[in-house]
Amino acid sequence: MIDFALSRASSPAEASEQAAKSKTAQQGAQVRYVAGGTTLIDLMKLDVETPVRVVDINRLELARTERQPDGSLRIGAMVRNADLAHDPNVVRDYPVLSQGLLSGATGQLRNMATTGGNLLQRTRCSYFRDLAYAECNKRTPGSGCSAIGGHNRTHAILGTSEHCIATHPSDMAVAMMALEARIHILNGQSEREVPIGEFYLLPGNTPNLENVLKPGDLITYVTLPPPVAGARSHYLKLRDRASYEFALASAAVVIHVDGERIRKARIAFGGVGTRPWRSPEAEHALEGKAADEATFRAAADAALRNAKPQRDNAFKVELAKRCLIRALTTVTT
Amino acid sequence: MATTPASIIGRAVPRIDGPLKTSGTAKYSSDHNFPNMVYAVPVCSTIGKGRIRRLDSSAAEVMPGVVRVYRHGKVPPIYRPIPHDRTARIDESRPPFEDERIYYNGQYVALAVADSYEHAKAAAGAVKVEYDAETPNVSLDLSDGFNDSMQEESKRGDVDAAFASAPVKIDETYVTPVETHNPIELHASVATWDGSRFVLYETTQAVMNHQAVMAQMLGVPRENVQIVMKFLGSGFGGKLWPWPQAMLAAVAARDLNRPVKLVIDRSMMFTCAGHRPRTQQRIRLGATPDGKLVSLEHDYANHSSISTVGHFRENCGEATPFLYSTPNLRVRSNVVDRNVGTPTPMRGPGAVPGLFALESGIDELAIKLKMDPVQFRLMNEPKLDESKGMPFSSRHLKECLTQGAEKFGWSAYKPEIGSMRRGDITLGWGVASCSWIAGRGACKATLSLRDDGTARIACATQDIGTGTYTVFAQVVSEKTGLPLHKIDVVLGNSSLPPGPTSGGSMVTGTVIPAIIQAADAAIRQLLTVATTASDTPFQNRKPEELVLTEGRIQLKSDAASAVPFETILKRANIRTAEGEGNSGPNSTDPQLRNYSFHSFGAHFLEVEWDAGIARLRVSRVVTVIDVGRIVNLKAARNQVEGAIVMGVGMGMLERTIYDPRNGRPVNNNVADYLMATNADCPEIDVTFLDYPDKLLNEVGARGVGEIGLAGVAAAITNATYHATGVRVRELPIRLETLMEQEKGSTTRRA
Repeated sequence: MIDFALSRASSPAEASEQAAKSKTAQQGAQVRYVAGGTTLIDLMKLDVETPVRVVDINRLELARTERQPDGSLRIGAMVRNADLAHDPNVVRDYPVLSQGLLSGATGQLRNMATTGGNLLQRTRCSYFRDLAYAECNKRTPGSGCSAIGGHNRTHAILGTSEHCIATHPSDMAVAMMALEARIHILNGQSEREVPIGEFYLLPGNTPNLENVLKPGDLITYVTLPPPVAGARSHYLKLRDRASYEFALASAAVVIHVDGERIRKARIAFGGVGTRPWRSPEAEHALEGKAADEATFRAAADAALRNAKPQRDNAFKVELAKRCLIRALTTVTT
Repeated sequence: MATTPASIIGRAVPRIDGPLKTSGTAKYSSDHNFPNMVYAVPVCSTIGKGRIRRLDSSAAEVMPGVVRVYRHGKVPPIYRPIPHDRTARIDESRPPFEDERIYYNGQYVALAVADSYEHAKAAAGAVKVEYDAETPNVSLDLSDGFNDSMQEESKRGDVDAAFASAPVKIDETYVTPVETHNPIELHASVATWDGSRFVLYETTQAVMNHQAVMAQMLGVPRENVQIVMKFLGSGFGGKLWPWPQAMLAAVAARDLNRPVKLVIDRSMMFTCAGHRPRTQQRIRLGATPDGKLVSLEHDYANHSSISTVGHFRENCGEATPFLYSTPNLRVRSNVVDRNVGTPTPMRGPGAVPGLFALESGIDELAIKLKMDPVQFRLMNEPKLDESKGMPFSSRHLKECLTQGAEKFGWSAYKPEIGSMRRGDITLGWGVASCSWIAGRGACKATLSLRDDGTARIACATQDIGTGTYTVFAQVVSEKTGLPLHKIDVVLGNSSLPPGPTSGGSMVTGTVIPAIIQAADAAIRQLLTVATTASDTPFQNRKPEELVLTEGRIQLKSDAASAVPFETILKRANIRTAEGEGNSGPNSTDPQLRNYSFHSFGAHFLEVEWDAGIARLRVSRVVTVIDVGRIVNLKAARNQVEGAIVMGVGMGMLERTIYDPRNGRPVNNNVADYLMATNADCPEIDVTFLDYPDKLLNEVGARGVGEIGLAGVAAAITNATYHATGVRVRELPIRLETLMEQEKGSTTRRA
């Protein structure tokens, strides 16, 4: 860990102002916000993140969850994962989010981790985290990828490129993807809103760029659209052990069955994509069809059709399919 | 010791050190701080094999707070330990920085010392190392050990002929992966030097051994090294013998004439502090059609580090020669070198991986014979230790199996694969026997009865978190009648009377005779004082006429004569009555040399298999254990339950993964190295048979720390086979293996 300056922001605008001095808001940022610190501090101890200034945003008044007049739910960026998971509105209207949150990390980590921080959670790729490997395009653009050809059982099978196969680790963001959340971003005096589907970038040939954030951007809120009447949702996470492990495959499903037919489906996967993986292919295969096993299987096959497994993770293709089928079965019966 | 129903021996006594630990006041080794102390952080190699071409510490040396950077050629002498010295054991015998060669990835190549941990860590990160790298051998296939150089460990009859002609047989190979000890407490050394003498605060399971090794490697007389370890945040065998950080801290302390603290980080735990080595084991079994075992062959190899660094044999055949009755048997072993850090014992070394193989093979053979696996085991129970032709001191494995079967409900077992269900879940049932060596080593202890009414028992053994402090206090209480809070137990310091290593589940069995002798001697001295001091009711009586009961001295013939012993000492103006006790090893005791000492047990285990999502979980374990007399029911239960949870990890989760290109551990942290969490813990039901093994010691207690882990993994894979039809012969069970191999399951029951 190298020396760094620590300052405390008293307002979102002040935090943004300090972060605007960074040359990038992506890997290698000179200024980082710290909220729960569950990713950042870890990576700083490994020298993967080496900010010269850390801006503490824990005092910002962004820790409330509020129902909006239009029926949407506005979640402050500083709402802790544990609080969000047990928020009565979330439990009642967005069970997929509550279940997703509770399947992540541990009680201790969920007590610290925040909504904004979780959206920006970094990959658990061992090669990204270990400076002994010079080759990591996410850490050092153009250096290569050690995971391809290394041990890659937990790596991504969707959205990969020849430059990076790192898995996005979040459960929360997967659930939010299926809920079509909108992310509010403040920069100085200006504000903008980005649909979560447009927030994350594919690695392509710039895996160091993970999302659309620019220097000075501060996530202030996440808004969940009003719950669709009659829709049901569910999050299923599959992994080796029963707790405290990233997903080998997870599925977030929001589905509205009208009589025999599926009227609307929103499907996202975790543990298999380089970003929280929304699957329009699966949604298309489901909508208008009967809610039965054949449909679910067709949706699963469609979702994984373009999967590109690595040496150690071919099983994820089948596992992700089973995960989706079971999640859909659970939520429709 | 004739214990009564009111006896404190066997009771579920809470730990006497519990309040210190729960209040955070127990001082662990790395909690020791001294004025003027400096901090050391090692630099680790990033290649798995080769040579240091250039090591540039110039930038690091001028960084803030940096005191010194040590490396090969720039470090005070560190000597090799005497080979095969049983009093000075160490697995990685190559002193750190001895040469410029790299033998394994993560090997220490330099040490940065600075005025704070942060400065030292920054400096360590600034040391630039260039290597001439070679391709390391980290091959997972250990077949290169299966050749004529195998060492024969046990043999009887003609195993080749018997196997060849056996009507029913199996021939299978089983693999256990590298497991890394992951105690929460990291290995740590705080070294102090006063100009002639070291006091070293170490994370060790053996203060006496540590002292002997450090004296040899530092090149000083043994009496100039004192080892202190008051509390250990667990060791699991990983802290039995010293590791290179201990020598580095000590030589730096002497060189700088300042206390040095060196706490290694979690990633170093995976390379520089031992691991359970990978094993490959071939089991060949032959039986008659009616289920009599006629041939048992167990060949195995384990990996070790390159032999100039260290040499470790994983004794997988520990239990094989005596567990079953068979006229023909052979156990052979080998060790193959790999570019990995040096292995070391891990809880139940040898027997734990060995019994995974043997108890899997027995299950496979029983299935082939269409026999119930419990019945098959009962049928092949030996009457004596056939490998030595000696009786067992106390063996009740049959009762473990029958009682376990009854508690588990084994009579409902249906052998067809996948035939037992609970709702949508398939159940699998499995059984495995377990065994672990029992024995007694050498030990001295001194007991002082003091004029303030308290007792002090001292011994240079240690409590590694298992309850040894409490066991000492219980035995002293039993002998003196003093309540636990009046007994000071002083352990964990090499300047005390020499005591045993906390390993091999030997401490309890070893220390009890010494404590009893020490107590008897101290009481004799006390009673002598009582008869000689003036102004006591016992003046001019004979010591034999007196007795110490509940801390009071009385005439045997007159309970009303009782006087608190401290009153007598005060009147005599004597501070303490003292006694020393000795235990000797059972192996050299002529009375005991002709007995085979072992503990036994049986695990009955249920898994739940949800094929649709490839989810396997252990749901229920019933374990019956035969470890002689239980001294502390609470501590004993805690040991066995903890071991079962560790077994769930071994069967389902644990493995250290090395990058195949460079031998660097990939999952070198406790998030990625999977161990069982609370959510993975099954319902556990442990029963102790509690038959005293009076040949071993007066109480009849054998050790209980390791046996619970042996056999659990086999019970899991046996149960998994029953549920899924997939025989997993390489641990841990992985869901991809089950998905790939479960016949026709991919389209079934989604």
